[in-house]
Amino acid sequence: MHDFGYHRPASASDAAGLLAKNAEAKIVAGGMTLIPTLKQRLAQPSDLVDLGGIADLKGIKSEAGGITIGAMTPHADVARSAEMQKTIPALSALAGGIGDPQVRNRGTIGGSVANSDPAADYPAAVLALGATIRTNKREIKADDFFKGMFETALQDGEIITAIHFPKPDKAGYSKFPNPASRYAIVGVFVAKTGGGVRVAVTGAGPCAYRSKELESALNANFTADAAKAVKINAAGLNSDLHATAAYRGHLVSVMAARAVAAAS
Amino acid sequence: MTATGIGAAVKRKEDYRFLTGQGTYTDDINRHGQAYAYILRSPHAHAEIAKIDTAAAKSAPGVIAIFTGADYDKGGLPAGWQIHSKDGSPMIEPPHLPLCKDRVRHVGDQVALVVAETYAQAKDAAEQIEVTYKELPAIVSTADADKPGKPQVWPDAKNNTCFDWHLGDKAATDAAFAKAAHVTKIDLVNQRLVPNAMEPRAAVGEYDRATGEYTLYTTSQNPHVIRLLMGAFVLQIPEHKLRVVAPDVGGGFGSKIFHYAEEALLTWAAAKVHRPIKWTAERSESFITDAQGRDHVSHAELAMDKDGKFLGLRVSTIANMGAYLSTFAPCVPTYLYATLLAGVYTTPAIYAEVKAIFTNTVAVDAYRGAGRPEATYLLERLVDKAAREMKMDRVEIRRKNFIPREAFPYQTPVALQYDSGDYHSTLEMALKSADWAGFEGRRAEAKKRGKLRGIGISTYLEACGIAPSAVVGSLGARAGLYECGSIRVHPTGSVTVFTGSHSHGQGHETTFSQLVSDTLGIPIENVDVVHGDTSKVPFGMGTYGSRSLAVGGSALVKAMDKIIAKAKRIAAHLMEASVADVEFKNGAFTVAGTDKSVPFGTVALTAYVPHNYPITELEPGLEETAFYDPLNFTYPGGTHICEVEVDPDTGVTRIVNFTAVDDVGRVINPMIVEGQVHGGVAQGIGQALLERCVYDEQSGQLLTGSLMDYCMPRADDLPNFKVATHATMCTHNPIGAKGVGEVGAIGSPPAIINAVIDALSPLGVQDISMPATPLKVWQAIQGAPAKMAAE
Amino acid sequence: MPTVEMTVNGKRASAQVEGRTLLVQFLREKLGLTGTHVGCDTSQCGACVVHVDGRAVKSCTMLALQASGATVTTIEGLASGETLHPMQEAFRDNHGLQCGFCTPGMVMTALDLVKNNPNPSEEQIRHGLEGNICRCTGYHNIVKAVKAGASAMKG
Repeated sequence: MHDFGYHRPASASDAAGLLAKNAEAKIVAGGMTLIPTLKQRLAQPSDLVDLGGIADLKGIKSEAGGITIGAMTPHADVARSAEMQKTIPALSALAGGIGDPQVRNRGTIGGSVANSDPAADYPAAVLALGATIRTNKREIKADDFFKGMFETALQDGEIITAIHFPKPDKAGYSKFPNPASRYAIVGVFVAKTGGGVRVAVTGAGPCAYRSKELESALNANFTADAAKAVKINAAGLNSDLHATAAYRGHLVSVMAARAVAAAS
Repeated sequence: MTATGIGAAVKRKEDYRFLTGQGTYTDDINRHGQAYAYILRSPHAHAEIAKIDTAAAKSAPGVIAIFTGADYDKGGLPAGWQIHSKDGSPMIEPPHLPLCKDRVRHVGDQVALVVAETYAQAKDAAEQIEVTYKELPAIVSTADADKPGKPQVWPDAKNNTCFDWHLGDKAATDAAFAKAAHVTKIDLVNQRLVPNAMEPRAAVGEYDRATGEYTLYTTSQNPHVIRLLMGAFVLQIPEHKLRVVAPDVGGGFGSKIFHYAEEALLTWAAAKVHRPIKWTAERSESFITDAQGRDHVSHAELAMDKDGKFLGLRVSTIANMGAYLSTFAPCVPTYLYATLLAGVYTTPAIYAEVKAIFTNTVAVDAYRGAGRPEATYLLERLVDKAAREMKMDRVEIRRKNFIPREAFPYQTPVALQYDSGDYHSTLEMALKSADWAGFEGRRAEAKKRGKLRGIGISTYLEACGIAPSAVVGSLGARAGLYECGSIRVHPTGSVTVFTGSHSHGQGHETTFSQLVSDTLGIPIENVDVVHGDTSKVPFGMGTYGSRSLAVGGSALVKAMDKIIAKAKRIAAHLMEASVADVEFKNGAFTVAGTDKSVPFGTVALTAYVPHNYPITELEPGLEETAFYDPLNFTYPGGTHICEVEVDPDTGVTRIVNFTAVDDVGRVINPMIVEGQVHGGVAQGIGQALLERCVYDEQSGQLLTGSLMDYCMPRADDLPNFKVATHATMCTHNPIGAKGVGEVGAIGSPPAIINAVIDALSPLGVQDISMPATPLKVWQAIQGAPAKMAAE
Repeated sequence: MPTVEMTVNGKRASAQVEGRTLLVQFLREKLGLTGTHVGCDTSQCGACVVHVDGRAVKSCTMLALQASGATVTTIEGLASGETLHPMQEAFRDNHGLQCGFCTPGMVMTALDLVKNNPNPSEEQIRHGLEGNICRCTGYHNIVKAVKAGASAMKG
C-alpha cells in the first residue's frame, strides 16, 4: 500500500476537522474493507482518520422504543449484546454471521453502512427495519441513505455517529454466503412492523434495496410459503462466477422464506 | 510394539516449535544486509514487450538495482522429463527464461526484478517502470487450443501442441470393442486447481564474495533437486559452490517441487548487487505464478460383455501445460496418468492418447496426486455410468471386475506391474463402515425433510513410491529417482539421521525417528532427523509422489543395515566371538547361545574410542550412507464412500458421511497416516465441490485470482472422516510401505461426484461436472428431465 | 515516521513505523516475532491472528498505529516456559497440525472461541474457525483439538 498520514482524533468534531483539512483523507473505522483495498493499492488516500479512539461512538443502548448502536461498535458486540438479543434478536443474529469471528471483532456497523458494499449484511437490516442513520451533521432515514454500489447519502466529511433501529414486531434474516469470500450472494432481512412488512435484499443488486414484490406478498400473508412463492424478476440482478442473475433471483425468494421462518 | 516403535501413534517431535511460533519458514529468515525484491509481472496474458523504461524507477527512494530480460545473461528453466510423440518426435520444449525478453505469455510472467532497501520501496519503484506492451490475442481453453486458427503461444508448437502421445495396444483395444455387447461413453473435464499451500513461496538469495559461494533459502520440497537444476542448467554454478536450504516449509502439495524463476533470479541478482535479497510472494502473486494442477479434457469409452465384464478401454485426453513446461509437467498427464487406467480392474486391453497443449495460462504441473486423480476420476465416473447403463449394481460391477487378491504380481496392459493389493477386503470394510446396506432408509428419511440424499463409491488404485530410476529413465526422466539417507551414530550412542526426503507437514522427524529408534533399539529421544539443507545431507531427491517412507525410509533402512553390520563386527571383537554368531535385537548385541551381551551404546563408544578394536580390519567411526533405488512403484489402493445431502432449494451439497479404507502398506505412525488421509480427502472434496481455477476466455485474466473467489475448503465445509487402513505389504521395499500422501486426493473426488449424481438421479440428472457448486447443482435440478416433466 | 507503542506478550514494545505498516509487519519485522504468519492478502486465511486487547484479530488487516496503546498477545506469548498452554497441548495431542503454518492463527482463534463459549459443540467450533484456512489437516483433528483444549482449560 502507499503510505499516508495517520490520525487518531479523540472526538467526532476533531475527526471532522481533520477531514476538512485534508481533501484526500479517508475515514477508517474497523478497516475490514479499507485496509485490504489499500493493500491492493486500489485507493491512495493522503491521510487516514481513525475513529477508533473516539470513545462515545461505541456502545449499544435502548432508547425511544428501539435500540441505538454507536457507529464504532464492533459486530461481535452487537451479536453478544443481551440488550440486542432481547430487543431485535434478528439483528444480533445478523451481526453474529458477518464475515468471520476476527472480522466481527474489528468490523463496525458504521463502517459497514457507510461503505454500502453490495454484499454487506447490515444494509439489509438498516433498510428493512427502517433505521435512522445519525451523523455529525444530521439524521438520515434508511430509505434515503443507500444510493448505489459504494454510494450513500453521506457528504464529504460527514461521519456516521450512530444508527437507531426501531423495535419491530418480529424480524428475521437469512443469507446465502459466497462459498469463497463468505460475503452475501443474497441476504434477505424481513421485518414485521406497525407500518407493515418491510423486506430488504442485499447481495443481489448494486446496493441493498427493498423488495416490493416480497413486501406485498408478506403483507398479505406473513408466511414462509408466501415468500417462497414470489417469483423474483431476475433482470438486472448481479451476475458473477458464483451466481447467475437467475440463481440470485431464485435465492431471494428462498432466503426470504427462511428469514420469515426464523423471524422472532 | 513399544510405545514409540513402528506402529505406535507417537506424538510429533516437530510440534513444539510450530505450536510456540518457533518454526523457521523461509520468510522468517533475515540475513545481514538483506535487501528486498519485488517482481514486476505481466498484466496481460499475451503481449509483445515493445519497450521497458526503468529510468524513473531506478532513481526512486531505496532502489538498489532493476533488472529486465535484457540484463539477464544466464540459462532458462529446464523441463525434467522428455516425452516423445506417437511419431517418435520429441516434445516441443520452449525456452523458459526467468525474465521475459520480448514477449509475455501469461498474466504474471516476470518482466522486471526490482531490488530495494525495503519491500515497500521496491514495490513503490515498480509502479514507475514504464512497460510498453503490444497486446496479442490469448488462448486459454484446454479443449480449443489445438484447433486451427487459434492464437499461437509458441512458434514451434504448431496448433499449440507440445506432444501427441499414446500408450497401450490400439489393435487389441479395437478388437475388444468389436466384440463388445455394450459400450459406455463419457466426456469429462478435470478442472484446473490452484494448490494454495498456506505458506506463500519465498526465497532469499545470497552470495559470498570471499568464497564464491551462493546460498539459496527457498520454499522447496526438494532442495537438492533445485541445486542440481539451478546450478547445472540455469546459472552454471557447480554444486560445491551452491548451497540450497529448504527450512520449515508450510505445505507444498506438489507446488513446491518445481524450480521457479524467482529462485534463479534471487540467487543471480544477489551476486550482482552483493547483498542478500529476499522475495516473498503475496497470495495474489502465488495465484499467478505457482504451478497449477489437473486441467484435463477427456473422452473415454468402456467396452463390456453382456455381463458387465470389462473388455477394453479407450481414452483420449487433452492436457493443458500452460504457457511453459514446468519441471515435471510432461510426465504428469502421461506416465502418471495413462499407466493408471487399468485401476483395480482386469480390463485386458487399454489404449490411451494424450495431447499436451500450450495456452496463455500459468504452467500446470504435479498437484497432490498428479495424473492419478485424473485417471481415477475418469475410471470411477465411467464405471458408475456403465453400471447405470447395464442396470447393474454399482458395487457388483466393481467386484466382478476386480483384480483378485491371488493374481499378484499382476501385469496391466498399461506398463505397470502391481506387486500386492486386496481390493475386495478394502471394499467390504468400507461398505460395512459406511453402512451401505442401510442407505435407502436414510435416503427416505432425508426425503421427508425435503433433502435429496445420495451415496457414491470409488474403488481406486494409485502408483507412487516414485520411482525406479532405470524405468523412469527409459520413459524420459532426466533424473534418477532414488533417495539417499545417512545414519550418524555419535560416540555416546545417540543418532543423527540425514535424509534427502523433505518434510513440509508430513512429520518425517517423528516417523523416521520411530523407524530408526525401533530398528536400533535406542530411545526415540536419542534420534534427531536433519533434512532440507544441501550442506548437511549428502544428497536427496526430495518429497513428492508419496515417496518419503517407501523410498527415503528404505534408504535409511539400508544405511542402518550397514551400521548394524559394522557394529556386529565391533561387538564380535568386544565379546571375542565370531561375527556369524552375533545377533542384534532390542538394542543389544548378543552371542547366540550364551549370556554375552554388549549394548548398542557401548559399541558406538568403542567405534569412536577404539582402544580395544579390530583396527586392522575395520576403520573407526560409525556412520553410513545408503542410496536406495526402488525396484518398482508402490501401489496403494482402497475404497472411498461418500454420502451427501443436497438442498434442492439452494443447490447446496453437504457431505454427511465420508469413509475411506486405504491400503497404504506398512504403517509406522497411524496418527500421522490418518492425518494424511484427512488432508488428502479434504483436497479431494475441494476439487469435487468447491475449487476451480477460471481464466477469462477473451482476456486470459485469472478470474479466481484470490481467496475471495477461489473457494478453499473451510472447517464448516467438511465433515468428520471415518478412516481405516487394511495393509497388504509392498513386496519390494524393506519396510513394506506403499505411501499415503496422495491417496485421499486420488480416491475421493469420484466418490463425491458419484454421490451427488446418485442424489439427483431421482430427478433424472445423470451428469454433473466438478466442482458441483450450489449454482451448478441448482441449474442441473432446474434442467432435470423429471423436474421438467413434473412442471 | 511516527512511533507506535504497545504491550506485546507482557512487554512494552515501541518502534518507528510508517502509517502503512501493518500490525503483522510490526510484530514480525520490528519485534522478530515470526510465529505470526502471513498467508494471504485478502484477510481470508487467518494465519496472522493475534489477540488485541483480548480479542482475536487478523493482524494483516490492522495498522500497527491502530494498536497504539493496546495489549497484544501472539503465539509466542502463550506457553509458560517449556510448558505449553492447554490449547497448544491439545493441538499436539490430537495431531491438529501438519506443516504448522496456519497453526499459530488457529490456536489464537481457538482461544478466542473458547473464551466466548467455554463448551463449544463441534458445529460451533467449525463455524468459529471460518476465518482460518488450513490446507493440510482437513480440519478433522483441529476440531478435535479445540474441543479437547476447551475441556482442558476448564481444568
